[in-house]
Amino acid sequence: MFRRSYSVSHLPGFGFVAILTFLMLYLPILVLVIFSFNAGVSQSIWEGFSLQWYEAAFRNRQVRDVSIRSLWLAATAAGIATMVATLAALGTTRTGRFPGQTMIYALINQPLMVPEVVTGVALLIFVAAIKVQTGYTGMGYLVAAHTAFCIPFAYLPIRARLETMDINLERAAADLYATPLQAFRYITLPLLVPGILAGFMLGFVISLDTVVITEFVKSAGQDTLPTYMLGQLRRTVTPEMNAIATLFLALSLMIVTAFFLITRKRGA
Amino acid sequence: MAEQRESHLWKWLLCTPALLVLVLAASGPLFIVLAYSFLTPGTMGGVRWEFSTEGWFRVFLQRDIFDPDEVRWNQAHLTIFWRSISLSLQTTIICAVLGFPTAWFIATRPPHRRALWLFLITIPFWTNLLIRTFAIQELIRNNGTINTLLMRTGIIDSPIQMMFTDFAVLLGMAYVFMPLMVLPLYAAMDKLDFRLVEAGYDLYASRIKVLWYVILPLVKPGFIAGSILVFIPSIGAYVTPRVLGGGRTMMLGNLIALQFGQGRNWPLGAALAVVMLVIVVTTLVLYLRWANREGGQVRV
Repeated sequence: MFRRSYSVSHLPGFGFVAILTFLMLYLPILVLVIFSFNAGVSQSIWEGFSLQWYEAAFRNRQVRDVSIRSLWLAATAAGIATMVATLAALGTTRTGRFPGQTMIYALINQPLMVPEVVTGVALLIFVAAIKVQTGYTGMGYLVAAHTAFCIPFAYLPIRARLETMDINLERAAADLYATPLQAFRYITLPLLVPGILAGFMLGFVISLDTVVITEFVKSAGQDTLPTYMLGQLRRTVTPEMNAIATLFLALSLMIVTAFFLITRKRGA
Repeated sequence: MAEQRESHLWKWLLCTPALLVLVLAASGPLFIVLAYSFLTPGTMGGVRWEFSTEGWFRVFLQRDIFDPDEVRWNQAHLTIFWRSISLSLQTTIICAVLGFPTAWFIATRPPHRRALWLFLITIPFWTNLLIRTFAIQELIRNNGTINTLLMRTGIIDSPIQMMFTDFAVLLGMAYVFMPLMVLPLYAAMDKLDFRLVEAGYDLYASRIKVLWYVILPLVKPGFIAGSILVFIPSIGAYVTPRVLGGGRTMMLGNLIALQFGQGRNWPLGAALAVVMLVIVVTTLVLYLRWANREGGQVRV
């Protein structure tokens, strides 16, 4: 056995702090998930395994309503955002600089930079004014707000996909007398599908998570799952909330894992 | 030349739907906020269309109830501003102190394992912020997990009040924003040339000296990017201070929301929102100018 060589990457104590950080990141969530299966009402004393809180959550009509609304809103907003983001990505990639490009980038990335609470009150004011003028109080406001918020997230993976795509394939199609539309339909679009899927998933997760903007924009009876939870947190919380949160976490986790698998395959 | 212009038109047309949504439901309303900050509050919320600078006046100042000419500092607002900035800086520091070793740990794993560790950091980032805040609340409530455990083992007799304190908000923000520090730090370390670190050791530098004179300067861009990414959402935080801090430990975001709710002073709320936006944009602009000076390798 040789003497262990001097590791240049070792820094004393760093591994310990890192493991501690990972524990800190996961322990609270783990505790939350564990107590969703508790037989008792307590969230600190284990009284045996039970699925009663999941049953309670499923029986709770309000929870069902807000969950369906959240999923519908996320699918609609992410769908529209992905469509417009795909067009925008096609317009802004694989070209030299063109006039107004910086402004387009700034507009697309703007929702990432402005604090959600500022966007929230801005939309509150705007929506209140439109409501007075038109009397419309439907889901349109939430769809528009969520769509705008999802656009930068949907745009990023689509643009990344386009940038790594071989433009020669489209040139070849053009050489073979494909019209631009045919080249797009049979070459560009199929190659772009993983990017579009990834964009949709990110948008979906982001819309599901959005709580502040929804809180300010929603009209009466338009609670989504996050705003419902935010409202409930003020009261004494039963493990039913843990059960709802656990299901919510599981859904996000599935989407994010799928997202990683899709984007990883691209790299391979 | 004409063809050139036509192709630009196509790019713009492709971007139009996205830009339309963004201008209508994200950027445009920000200008309305600016306009509303110069109006007069309506009695039941909303505004009356009369020009007034009273909203802006009240951001930092207040008038005496009995003598309107006597102007004083608005202590309540100053406290909240100070708490927002101080807690955001502290959050950034905690994230940096814990995030640096964590990023280093990931960057020094064997390449095929790094993706998994990185994934473990990314998961919390993509899971709902409200749920993560809720998880912290369950830990630190008076009858939450930590207090119950401590009382059962007899270490304490009565629960430690952690909820609704600055500590709770700080803990919550450090918890939810940690991934934002680790990811850019990791990105910087991933590009780190370990031969330079080795050269440091070859020249008989101690671990501390290599860390201080070789590693830290090389990963500085990651540090700064991470700090910006943590500081900006901290300043804009609303959910975490609302859930963990409550009414007594408000941050700027909660003060803004209050004006549109019980406060019924939309112009003041609008002015405060503009102030928050200015703080965020100034931080970003300073960062971008620094990043450009450093050679433009860092991206937001």
